[in-house]
Amino acid sequence: MKTLVWVEHDGSAVKDATLAAVTAASKLGEVHLLVAGDGVDGVAKAASEIAGVGKVHVADNAAFGHNLPENVAPLVAELMASHDAFVAPATTTGKNIAPRVAALLDVMQISEILSVEGPKTFTRPIYAGNAIATVESSDAKLVLTVRGTAFEKAATSGGSGAVEAVSAGGDAGISSFVGAEIAKQDRPELTSAKIIVSGGRALGSSEKYEEVIVPLADKLGAALGASRAAVDAGYVPNDYQVGQTGKIVAPEVYFAIGISGAIQHLAGMKDSKTIVAINKDEDAPIFQVADFGLVADLFSAVPELTGKI
Amino acid sequence: MKILVPVKRVLDYNVKPRVKADGTGVDLANVKMSMNPFDEIAVEEAIRLKEKGVATEIVAVSVGPAKAQETLRTALAMGVDRAILVQIDDEVEPLAVAKILKAIGDAEQPGLVILGKQAIDGDNNQTGQMLAALTGWAQGTFASAVNVEGDHVSVTREVDGGLETVKLKLPAIVTTDLRLNEPRYASLPNIMKAKSKPLDTKAPADYGVDTAPRVKTVKVSEPPVRSAGVKVADVDELVAKLKAMGVHS
Repeated sequence: MKTLVWVEHDGSAVKDATLAAVTAASKLGEVHLLVAGDGVDGVAKAASEIAGVGKVHVADNAAFGHNLPENVAPLVAELMASHDAFVAPATTTGKNIAPRVAALLDVMQISEILSVEGPKTFTRPIYAGNAIATVESSDAKLVLTVRGTAFEKAATSGGSGAVEAVSAGGDAGISSFVGAEIAKQDRPELTSAKIIVSGGRALGSSEKYEEVIVPLADKLGAALGASRAAVDAGYVPNDYQVGQTGKIVAPEVYFAIGISGAIQHLAGMKDSKTIVAINKDEDAPIFQVADFGLVADLFSAVPELTGKI
Repeated sequence: MKILVPVKRVLDYNVKPRVKADGTGVDLANVKMSMNPFDEIAVEEAIRLKEKGVATEIVAVSVGPAKAQETLRTALAMGVDRAILVQIDDEVEPLAVAKILKAIGDAEQPGLVILGKQAIDGDNNQTGQMLAALTGWAQGTFASAVNVEGDHVSVTREVDGGLETVKLKLPAIVTTDLRLNEPRYASLPNIMKAKSKPLDTKAPADYGVDTAPRVKTVKVSEPPVRSAGVKVADVDELVAKLKAMGVHS
C-alpha cells in the first residue's frame, strides 16, 4: 500500500505530530510525504530526512501558504490518484483538511486512530475516549487522521526520500487568510504541554485561581487548565477547559487541583501519563484515577508544593 | 439570508457512556439524550445572526431516529423557524449525512450552514468539512467568532496554539467551537410556541442518498482501566514522588 502523509510544518520545521503520522503510515506500507506551502524548500529537505520516507511531494505555491483546505484538498485528491491512503496528524490543521479530501474521494474517513490492527482495520476513541471502537473500512482508499500521543515519533534523520515537485493545484478563489494570533510562547499550549496544572470549582474565584494555580504552573513551566465547573463559574476563560466538550489532553503530568473528577472532565485528561490530585474530599472520584492523591486543603497544600518543588 | 443548522441527538454529555457487554456499542437504552453541545452553539449563533438582522430564516435539520424530533423541538424553542427531520433508525456516517445536507442545501439555498465541529458520540469531526467539499463552498471550522460582511464571512478559528482568521466567500460552511457563544435556554412560552412550528419528516431516499455504512464497527470495548495509585501523606511526600519522576522547577 502506498500512503501519502500530510506534513504539518510552520514554514521552517516539521511539526512533531507529523512524525507520529509517519509511524502510523509505515504500518500500512510505503510512506510518501506531501509538503505543501509557500517557500518550503527547507521543510522539504527536513521531511526527506525522516526515517523510512520513500518520496517527498513538494507543492510550493502561495495558494498553499496558510493550509487553506479549499486550495489544499483538491491538490491532495489529485495526488491520491496514485496513492492508497491519505494520512494526516489529528491536529486542527489535519482535522480541517482530511475530511474535505475524504469527501472529494467519496471515502468515509477514520478519525484519530490509536492503532493499526490490519490493512483496513483500526482502533479509535469514541465518546471522548470512554469507549474504543475497532473499525474496518470497506472503501477502496483510506483517509485517516492519527492521534499523536498514540504512536511513537519517527526519527528525524536517517531517511533519504526523493524530493519531487508537484505543479498541481492553485487558489480556488473562495477563501483567504486574514491573520493569526498565536499564543505567546512563555506558556506551552494545553494540547501539547508536558505538564498541565488545572484548577476546579473548589478554588472559589478567579483571584484564587491566579493566586494558587498560576504560580505552580509558572514554576513548572506548565500549561494552565480548568474544569468545566471552574469555567462555568467564570474563574477562567473557556479555552482553559479540559474535558469532553473542551480540550482532550495527554501530558506527562496532569495536576487536578480542587477538581472532583466529573465524567466530563475525566474524559479529557485520563490518558495523561501521571495524574496528581489534590482535593480535601477523600471520596472525590478524581482519586480513583490519580497516581498520586493528596487529601488536603488546596489553599495551604498548593502554595507549599509550589515552594518546595 | 437563510441559515441551515444541522443538529444531532446524542447521549447527554453528563452521562457516563457504558459499553454494552456484547461489545456491539454503547448502551443508549433508558439514558438521557440531548442536543450535541456543539450543535447548541451552532443554533445559538444562527439565532444571534437573525437577531442582528443578518439572517432572515433559520432551518434546523436532523438526520436520525424519530426521537430526534425532540432535539429539533429544542432548536425550535431556542428560536429556529422550522425544522426538517430526515428519519432513519440506523447509525448514519458523516459522509452520508453530508450528502443528505448537500441535497437539502440544493433545495433550501442557504447563505450559511452552521454545524457543531463534532458530535460527542462518534467524535468524528467530519460532517462540516465533507459538506464543504460536496458543495464546493469555503469552510471556517472550529469557529470562535463569526462576522458576516457583505458577500463574505470572516471566521476566527481556534487552532492549535491560538487563533486564526479567514475570510470566506458566501455561501459558506462554519463549524462551531466552544468559545463561540453560550447557548440560551428556551423559555417556557417559547417551548410551547415551538410545538406549533413546522417540522417536516423526510427519508434519506427522498434525497437519493445511500446511507449504507462504509466503515464496519468490529467491536466496541472499554478503554484500558486506569487504576488508582497511592495516596501521599503530605506535600513533602508528593514533592519527593514528583522529583523522583524528574518533575521539578
